[in-house]
Amino acid sequence: MNYRLIILLSLLFFASPHLNAQSYQDPQHHACLKCHSNQSYSFHNDVTDKEVKRLMNPYYILDTVAISAGVHKSFDCTDCHSSEYEVYPHQATLKLEPLSTCLDCHGGDESYAKYKFEEIQAEVEKSVHHKVYGENFSCSKCHNQHTYAATARNSDNILEIVDYSNKMCLSCHNDMKKYELISGHANPKLVEVHNWLPNQALHFQHVRCIECHTEVVDSLMVSHNILSKDHAVKKCVECHSADSRLKASLYKYENIQKRAENGGLGSVLTNSSYVIGTHQSPFLKLLSIIIFLATITGIIIHSIFRILKK
Amino acid sequence: MAATEKIYFYPVWLRIWHGINAIGILLLIFTGISMQSSIDNSVIGFNLIINIHNYAGVIVTLNYLVFFIGNLITKNGRFYLIKMKGFLKRPIKQAYYYAWGMFHGESYPFPLSEKRKFNPLQKYFYVLVMYLAVPGVIITGFALLFPEIIIETVYSVSGVFLTAIFHSALGFFISIFLVIHLYIASIGKSPLENFKSIITGWHQIH
Ligand code: HEC
Ligand code: HEC
Ligand code: HEC
Ligand code: HEC
Ligand code: HEC
Ligand code: HEC
Ligand code: HEC
Ligand code: HEM
Repeated sequence: MNYRLIILLSLLFFASPHLNAQSYQDPQHHACLKCHSNQSYSFHNDVTDKEVKRLMNPYYILDTVAISAGVHKSFDCTDCHSSEYEVYPHQATLKLEPLSTCLDCHGGDESYAKYKFEEIQAEVEKSVHHKVYGENFSCSKCHNQHTYAATARNSDNILEIVDYSNKMCLSCHNDMKKYELISGHANPKLVEVHNWLPNQALHFQHVRCIECHTEVVDSLMVSHNILSKDHAVKKCVECHSADSRLKASLYKYENIQKRAENGGLGSVLTNSSYVIGTHQSPFLKLLSIIIFLATITGIIIHSIFRILKK
Repeated sequence: MAATEKIYFYPVWLRIWHGINAIGILLLIFTGISMQSSIDNSVIGFNLIINIHNYAGVIVTLNYLVFFIGNLITKNGRFYLIKMKGFLKRPIKQAYYYAWGMFHGESYPFPLSEKRKFNPLQKYFYVLVMYLAVPGVIITGFALLFPEIIIETVYSVSGVFLTAIFHSALGFFISIFLVIHLYIASIGKSPLENFKSIITGWHQIH
């Protein structure tokens, strides 16, 4: 186990009485959340000796409900952040504090082997984001360490999985400020970029962005190699056909197959006849080929007679 | 009847309609097939394919109005009226001619004249295509452009799915019509004669 993790876990155990008092359940009395979960915060100004009330930076307001549902819910803020944050105004030098990355804690740890952190990192390093922004595009750009929940793995509702996953992308691609923070230029309007896709809203509810934008890696639950836009899936048949891409990724993955067997959501996605177009309906496809060949044969025979009988 | 008699079968508006229609439908068939199949169209690009299909669809629709209104207000519409007398007998006679008669020196059963531009079989096909298939494909096509107008489910089958199936089935029917149409048009004194007519407007009566 990683040494940081050992320190951390011991902290979790030994500091638990302290933690309980600081529980996320009661944000108004939490040393950090009393400020970081509200639109505004107040503090005592020692210079003027007055209580001052200010607006909180909206990007620093944390969603306490999501934190309590996230994978790191048993942490306290100061397990990751310096305990000096308890003082306000925060010291300017705290900005310089290095924060742990996912791999710092999870890398090489057997207990998380099933998540394949190293393999994911290798995939991320191949992705467009990493190619353009390198280390700056850390895992936390998509995975909020405060709130991340392994939804694809644990939820049995496809719509919820899709929604969760897409919000991870949209939190940046649909947020001009966050996008510009990284790229320094305005974000392309996703609605316009995808206007070739009919019924866009429906698609974005039912398919994850990564379904079209990554290369499916069978060994991973969630493929992380976001390809450049030229390699994105455009062909309707890749999904709207009997043996589709959808089944090859999210919908193929073992535990979801299990749900599919129990009916419910599976019936929609595994039923080849929900797909668009006659050519994806095996019966109509066969029928149309037969009709077409019969027509051509008829014409050929007829022309032969026309030539012979001239 | 003199061998060189000519009839002015295809007035200018009809020829213009037909030209635009032919190009439009050909585009629709090609783009439609590549949208459905997994044939790699990286040369043209998928966006372009879909845009072409959409624009061609709108053009064919507007053009269809020309045909529909033209046939209402000019005499050309008469040629599309189907008589109840000999409803089945007459087209069968024509089919028999194509399958047997024309190879055994029999004379044309329905000689064309000022009053009769189409033989009965041809007429049925034109009516089926122009008054059923084309309007059907137009309506379903627009429904797919604006899916919110489609009924959600029909007996638990997705309405969009049914519409899409119907749209491509009709498209397929029109494609088959086109193949037969082109072949039948090549039957005449010389294979190119009818094609000249639809461009010049004049039809030779022999
Ligand atoms: C009195 C309200 C208040 C309390 C209590 C408070 N913060 Fe803050 N915190 C702020 C405000 C306001 C900012 C915005 C930057 C600033 O004004 O310094 C901030 C900024 C931050 C930042 C971002 C620093 C940066 O610039 O990158 C972190 C991290 C942070 N706080 C963590 C904590 C933690 C952890 C605790 C609890 C141990 C905590 N804060 C307690 C008000 C508070
Ligand atoms: C599992 C580790 C972890 C825990 C626990 C944690 N944070 Fe953070 N926090 C981070 C990381 C990592 C960042 C930097 C995110 C980035 O790179 O954008 C961060 C950033 C922040 C920021 C800056 C705004 C932002 O989202 O970038 C604030 C404010 C903050 N944390 C407050 C808190 C508070 C309050 C708590 C307790 C409720 C807390 N954090 C618990 C890891 C943690
Ligand atoms: C400071 C160390 C630390 C960092 C940084 C960290 N984690 Fe964790 N993570 C943990 C610990 C410890 C647990 C176990 C928590 C528990 O069991 O309550 C955990 C739990 C998880 C789990 C659930 C594991 C399970 O089977 O229950 C996932 C998934 C996870 N983390 C993903 C991430 C991701 C993704 C990142 C980066 C965005 C990350 N973690 C960053 C320490 C960390
Ligand atoms: C471009 C966005 C993005 C980046 C960058 C990213 N991820 Fe992910 N990751 C996702 C999405 C989306 C999911 C699926 C969310 C869910 O669990 O439903 C996911 C899921 C995961 C999971 C859960 C997989 C499982 O088996 O349940 C882990 C673990 C993970 N990511 C680790 C990482 C690590 C480590 C990094 C950095 C090396 C990283 N991710 C970077 C988008 C990203
Ligand atoms: C049905 C497949 C599909 C889905 C689902 C999809 N995309 Fe795309 N996306 C594409 C294709 C194809 C392109 C390339 C379009 C082009 O080149 O004109 C693209 C382009 C993009 C671009 C490049 C924009 C540019 O021009 O620089 C971004 C960013 C993007 N998508 C993000 C997303 C996000 C975020 C989601 C999820 C909300 C998403 N996509 C869902 C297929 C998809
Ligand atoms: C923190 C912000 C952020 C998040 C989160 C994010 N992206 Fe991006 N993404 C960017 C930026 C910035 C670019 C522009 C890269 C460039 O300049 O070429 C980009 C580019 C892209 C491109 C286009 C690459 C090209 O060829 O132009 C795609 C596709 C894409 N992202 C998909 C996704 C998907 C899918 C997710 C979610 C799993 C996601 N992004 C999450 C910021 C983000
Ligand atoms: C990434 C996979 C994917 C791709 C690529 C894709 N679709 Fe879809 N499409 C879906 C899913 C999933 C649904 C939702 C089906 C449902 O549950 O009703 C859907 C729904 C639809 C619907 C609505 C059907 C209904 O039952 O309401 C239409 C129409 C449609 N897609 C057309 C297209 C067209 C045309 C293309 C190509 C331009 C395309 N799709 C590409 C996955 C995809
Ligand atoms: C390359 C494509 C096409 C060619 C070369 C072509 C050729 C011809 C020719 C030669 C005629 C006159 C002879 C005849 O009536 O048989 C004709 C008439 C006609 N064609 Fe086409 N055609 C084409 C496409 C189409 C399409 C796609 C449709 C409909 C969907 C169509 C519908 C008609 C109709 C309705 C007439 C009769 C018009 C009238 O006189 O009122 N054609 N075509």
